[in-house]
Order: sequence, then C-alpha cells, then structure tokens
Amino acid sequence: MLKKPRLLTALDVLAALVILIAAGLVFFYAPVEQMMGQVQKVFYFHVGTAWVGMLGFMVAAVVGILYLRTEKEVFDIAGLSAVEISLVFFLVAIILGSIWARPIWNTWWTWDPRLTTAAIVELIFAAYLLLRSGVDDPGKRARFSAIYAIFGSVSVPLTFISIRLLRTIHPVVIGSAEAASQGGFNMGPRMKVAFFFSLFAFSVLFADLIWHRIRLGRLQSSVNELRIQAYEKES
Amino acid sequence: MKTFLRSVGAIVWKDLKTEWRTRENLSAMLVFALLVILIFNFSLELDLRARESLAGGVLWATFIFAGTIGLNRSLAVEKDRGCLDGLLLAPVDRSAIFVGKAIGNLFFMLLVEAIVLPVFSFLYSISVFQPGFLGVVLLGSIGYSAVGTLLSTMVVQTRTRDILLPILLFPLTLPVVIAAVRASQGFIQGLPLNEFTVWINILVAYDLIFLAVAIMIFDYILEE
Repeated sequence: MLKKPRLLTALDVLAALVILIAAGLVFFYAPVEQMMGQVQKVFYFHVGTAWVGMLGFMVAAVVGILYLRTEKEVFDIAGLSAVEISLVFFLVAIILGSIWARPIWNTWWTWDPRLTTAAIVELIFAAYLLLRSGVDDPGKRARFSAIYAIFGSVSVPLTFISIRLLRTIHPVVIGSAEAASQGGFNMGPRMKVAFFFSLFAFSVLFADLIWHRIRLGRLQSSVNELRIQAYEKES
Repeated sequence: MKTFLRSVGAIVWKDLKTEWRTRENLSAMLVFALLVILIFNFSLELDLRARESLAGGVLWATFIFAGTIGLNRSLAVEKDRGCLDGLLLAPVDRSAIFVGKAIGNLFFMLLVEAIVLPVFSFLYSISVFQPGFLGVVLLGSIGYSAVGTLLSTMVVQTRTRDILLPILLFPLTLPVVIAAVRASQGFIQGLPLNEFTVWINILVAYDLIFLAVAIMIFDYILEE
C-alpha cells in the first residue's frame, strides 16, 4: 500500500512526455490559422482540458452508482477524486476559452450552451464538496455524495438541452448565425494531428492524476485507521 | 399498492394537520413570497412593457425562493423533534415516506402559489388564469418539490443544514426554471401553443425522470 507502484511511475513519465509532445505539436507542427492567428492555438488545450472535465464528470456518476451498489470505500474516494479533477480542469477550460473568445467573439463570456453547462457543472461540484464537508460520518458522507453526483449527472444533460433549445428558438442577437463568423473553422491535416494528440495526452494525464488522487485518498484513510488504533492502544 | 397509498395518505395527512395547527411554515412562505415580489418591483422597474416580458421570470424566482423556505422547514421539523426516527420505525416502505413528504411539500407550494398568483395578476394586470398556465405551474412545482424533498432529507442530516439546501438545489433545478419560465412566458404573452410545447415537454420529462430516480434512491438517504 505504502509503496508507489512501478506502473504509476511509468504513467507519470508518460503523461509528462505526451503533454510536452502535444505542446510541441501545437506550437511548432500545427500551422497558424489564417483568420484568427496565434490565439487559435489555445483551442487544442482548451478542448483537451474540457475533455478531462467531462471525463471526471462521467466517472463521478458511474462510481456514484457503483458505490451505492457495493458500498466499497474505494468508489467513494474515486468519486471525490473525479470531482476534484473535473472542477479544476473545467475551470482551466473556461479560462482558456475566455482568452480565445475575447478577440474572436469580442466578449469574455456568452450564455452559450457549452459555456453555461460547464459553469453549472462547476457549481454542482462546488456544492458537492460543500455537502461532503458538512457530513461527519464517513458512510453517510459517501452515500450522500454518491447520490448528489448521480443527480447531477441526470440534471446536467437536461440543462444542456434546455439551453440549446433556448438558443435555437431565440433569435441570435449578437453576431450572425454563420459558423465562420462565430469562430468556426476547418481543421487541416496537421491541425488534426495536433488536436487528436492533445486529446490523447490529456486523457493520459487524467488517468495519471486520478490514480494519484485515489492512492492519496486510500493512504489518508489508512492513516486515519492507524491513528484510531494507536489511540485505542494508549487508552 | 393499497397499503402504499394508505401510508402515503397518512404521511400527507399528518403534515397537513401539524401545519394547520401552527400555520408557521405556510405564513412564512407566503410573506416571504410577497416580499420577493415587492423587491422585484423596485429592483426591476416593472413598467408596462417590461411586465410582459419579465412576468414569468419574476413569478418563478418568487416561487423558487419561497419553496426553499418551506422545504427547509418541512424536514427540519421532522429531524428536530425526532419524528424522522419515528417515521423510520413505522413499518412502511421508505419510498412511501418520500412520496408522502413530497406531496405535502407540493401542496404547500401550490397553496402559496394560489395566493401569490391572484395578487400578482392584480398588481400587474396580467392574466394568469388560463388552464395551460396553471398546468405549467403545477408541472414546475412537482419537479421542484420532488428534487427539493429528496435533497432536504439529505441536508437536515448534515452539520451545515441551514445554508446547504439552496446551494445543492438550485443548480439541479435549472432545467425546471428555464422551461417553466419559457412556458409561462408563452402563455402570458399569448403566443401560439406550438411555439413553446417543447418547454412543456421538458418539464414533463424532468418530472418523470427525477421522480423515478428519487424513488429509486431515497432508500439510501435514510439508511441508518
């Protein structure tokens, strides 16, 4: 338990490596987009971080269900890990998106379905952490947070659909509906390579981080157990 | 099924009876709702043109804020006086407890709405007495009180229960807010029905999905 698995160390190295290669591809291999210029390069890591956020969101829901079915502590720790990672990466994705949106859309923020849904997921996960900190009994805490994660995973798709409908029914006021003027573009082959490699790199990073976080959580709970044992021996 | 309905009925009846004796919860919700309308009136400058386009939003914001107060109290009372343990000891299905509490909460929410709506329509001369509009109010309130009841059962068992409910509840009920506001707006502005049936569909879908999930999951909340 205490010893770090070899495979994890290998994964650390791999994650660092692929992220470096992805950055290299983005800056030196992928061409500069003609209309948008350098700022378009944000896109590769923006989608990558948002993808990690999504992965965390889905993992949180799945391990939530698994926890309720099996009551194994590891699923609770996995849920917390997924939520923490998702929270950080969605935040990074939103910030990167804003950096891109400012010159392209001429605004930091719009109430577009994807932006709004990312923000809602942030709020739900912040609420998740607040809920956790409000419950002392570990079993109850695990159950409640699993339930809340499941509820979130049911509600967020409905929110996304609702906002998307709102946009299609509602006339587009700012900017025309044409994809190009909203910052859409066609990826050339080299861009595609950089794009898919970044996605892959961030997936590896996600796997690495969640493994570390789960391991940390398990170490934490075994420290707690040891502490209780030591306390009992003393008294 | 029959015993299920009977236990649900008993729980609803108990809630109505205790509420009727004090009327604490209901009057608090009501006064709060009227205050929210008052605040909106001055913060939004609801002139004639703005009323038409904002009425739906103002109404639902009012219902939702007032609903939170009711939900918080409804379960806090159970917890404080040890009634929740009594309910758990009773030989009834756990989901009957959930359905009973949810119906009770829904009832109080509808009661408040039944008083707020005429006041609102009197103050702003907006016609809200259309069957379709009242249907939207019902659908929105069902979804809201179902999710709210489940979450508040959870929240009363936490340390931070006074502040936690709205934080947990609001992000999850966003689809209800969006859809209910749009559909209400459609009726208030007298748009043709086919322009906003989609919102009514979303409300129905939300209600069905969350009722089903809540009934499946409720057992885990009251496990001891």
